[in-house]
Amino acid sequence: MTRRTFLGMPATAPPVTAPAGVGHLRGDESFPDAARRSLADPQLRRNLRHATTTIRAKSAGVIDEQADWEQLRAAGAAIKADTLHRLPDLLEQLEEKVTGAGGVVHWAADAIEANRIVTDLVRAAGADRVIKVKSMATQEIGLNEALEAAGITPVETDLAELIVQLGDDRPSHILVPAIHRNRAEIREIFLREMPGVDPALADDPTALAAAARRFLRETFLSTPVAVSGANFAVAETGTLAVVESEGNGRMCLTVPDTLITVMGVEKVVPTWRDLEVFLQLLPRASTGERMNPYTSMWTGVTPGDGPQAFHLVLLDNGRSAVLADEVGRQALRCIRCSACLNVCPVYERAGGHAYGSVYPGPIGAVLSPQLTGIEDNASLPYASTLCGACYDACPVKINIPELLVHLRAEAVESRPRPTAESIAMAAAAYTMDRPRLYAAGQRAARLSRLAGRRGRGLPPPLNGWTASRDLPEPPAQTFREWWAGR
Amino acid sequence: MRIALFVTCLADTMFPQAATATVRLLERLGHDVVFPTEQTCCGQMHVNTGYPREAVPLVRRHVRVFDPYDVIVAPSGSCVGSVRHQHAMVARRAGDVRLASRAESVAGRTYELSELLVDVLGVTDVGAYYPHRVTYHPTCHSLRMLRVGDRPRQLLRAVRGLDLVELPAAEQCCGFGGTFAVKNPETSTAMLADKMRHVLATGADVCAAGDVSCLMHIGGGLSRLRTGVRTVHLAEILASTEQSGTPSARSAVRS
Repeated sequence: MTRRTFLGMPATAPPVTAPAGVGHLRGDESFPDAARRSLADPQLRRNLRHATTTIRAKSAGVIDEQADWEQLRAAGAAIKADTLHRLPDLLEQLEEKVTGAGGVVHWAADAIEANRIVTDLVRAAGADRVIKVKSMATQEIGLNEALEAAGITPVETDLAELIVQLGDDRPSHILVPAIHRNRAEIREIFLREMPGVDPALADDPTALAAAARRFLRETFLSTPVAVSGANFAVAETGTLAVVESEGNGRMCLTVPDTLITVMGVEKVVPTWRDLEVFLQLLPRASTGERMNPYTSMWTGVTPGDGPQAFHLVLLDNGRSAVLADEVGRQALRCIRCSACLNVCPVYERAGGHAYGSVYPGPIGAVLSPQLTGIEDNASLPYASTLCGACYDACPVKINIPELLVHLRAEAVESRPRPTAESIAMAAAAYTMDRPRLYAAGQRAARLSRLAGRRGRGLPPPLNGWTASRDLPEPPAQTFREWWAGR
Repeated sequence: MRIALFVTCLADTMFPQAATATVRLLERLGHDVVFPTEQTCCGQMHVNTGYPREAVPLVRRHVRVFDPYDVIVAPSGSCVGSVRHQHAMVARRAGDVRLASRAESVAGRTYELSELLVDVLGVTDVGAYYPHRVTYHPTCHSLRMLRVGDRPRQLLRAVRGLDLVELPAAEQCCGFGGTFAVKNPETSTAMLADKMRHVLATGADVCAAGDVSCLMHIGGGLSRLRTGVRTVHLAEILASTEQSGTPSARSAVRS
């Protein structure tokens, strides 16, 4: 059956965003409230500082040795921009090629549909347990919760995802989901939650990895269905690609009888050759490796080799709405490398959980509000100083500061009534467009000592400044007064 | 050369010493500084807080006021960044294509102080004297929007008597971010704490930068902790000579 897709077409109705009540794109509280709590945890701040500093240095080192890094970035951005420009056609080409190679393609408009499709497929395969390759898309839609509700046990096989799952925790980083945990905490979680763990488990990385391996090997060999995400899908060949560094993903992709891949529609690339660019960009920008350790690729089904049933679930879940926004759509170029998280001074202090969504850091601050609609994530575009480190680090040149500013305007426009801030901003703009009034305002600022010494008596929200910082003493004379008196 | 001063609203109102220093420095180098008095604010605060519509009249004013000048200078990387990277966007967003193209033209003639000195006037030794131990915070917008690179440090290295000490993790943001500092005060303060730790580790007496906004933030923290480390704008250092004496951060405004 041929099905026309209308991604990114000019909308007559409001764009369809990701539904609420399912998945993990929305937090329970605003960014400042959530950040306040994580900032109060000194262990968390130490863990984050150590981890981000280490990854930053490693990544910068291998990027420096790549002479054509800037050209690679430009190529990556151009390929993605081209892909987004003709996404419907490329997706149909992908569907045709995957189907031709013995796979089955499913289209999921949102998280609810995607969860239902996967659950039905697992049931049809007669399984009550699935092994999972680390995947952002399945985190986004809350697949694990949906499977559990249907009596199916999902087992995360990525070491860090396993730590998060066993700890009944949430991932806090795209690539290193347990970045907020140190090894003593991980040992604690394993001892408490891992079936058959050695009670004498040490907290050195080798021992922890070995414990996870023993547990996972059993599971790999006894589970007939795997669920994965995808880093790339090549439209011209129908080839799916997953990159990972443990080999656990490859076990999932090769051992079971049935493989179900859930992929955001923006992960498609036009040609096989395009992978050459991304397989250079991704490892250096993400883990700081020159080459990705385990790159698994498969095209449909190969008789007698690997899974004999392959299902590809193409997920929209708000992506068409992002694509419809001329400025906002560049967020769909993201290849989930996490470089922007690792360089972000806000992420480094507040941590991933403060962003509420499975997509934390700068990219999360621009992607989550677009996927859900700005109303549900209105504080995220403000979770940045606009320092620009993310834009410099992005391997596909997403102008995140530009997007943040764009979304702030959307956040302001989405408010139904004037706020104290909007009134103050309008008043400031009015004054600043009238030099005499502006000069009078400057004098008033100087004469009024209502703020008290060093501004400590200021009302909210300005007391946010004075809690930790003195206000400067207003000068005896403004510059324009000095100039006039020369 | 005739140079128009884009003073910036924050320097005009709260930190005039950075602006008067810019004037004294450029005049000492033999240039003619003019101050178009109809200027107010570039509108960056409005744009960055989500009020691009309210910023339109401010952009229009800025473009009208500065269009007659061939060379425009501001003692701020951030405000020049706004002129260069936001004004045309704000105009286009408001549907005013003509304003956008005029804004681009003005932006092409607007320079941050270190850019003006090194690139336009071709000078790195401005004849300054400043006998202090100084560390330099490069400020995010100078660094990543304008790419001023090493220019401020080239200028500082040529100052007689100045002992320039490298700031660890210099390229990390101080946590100011305009309204970020009040919308996310705890995160902002955590970033500031690390910046201050690095400043204090240098043993410098003075923390210099090319933006009074970042200096207001770092200085506000250093003052609250009574560290005794002063914040001084790059222009004030470059304006200092053996004759003029060296200004402190809170020096009174004198002609």
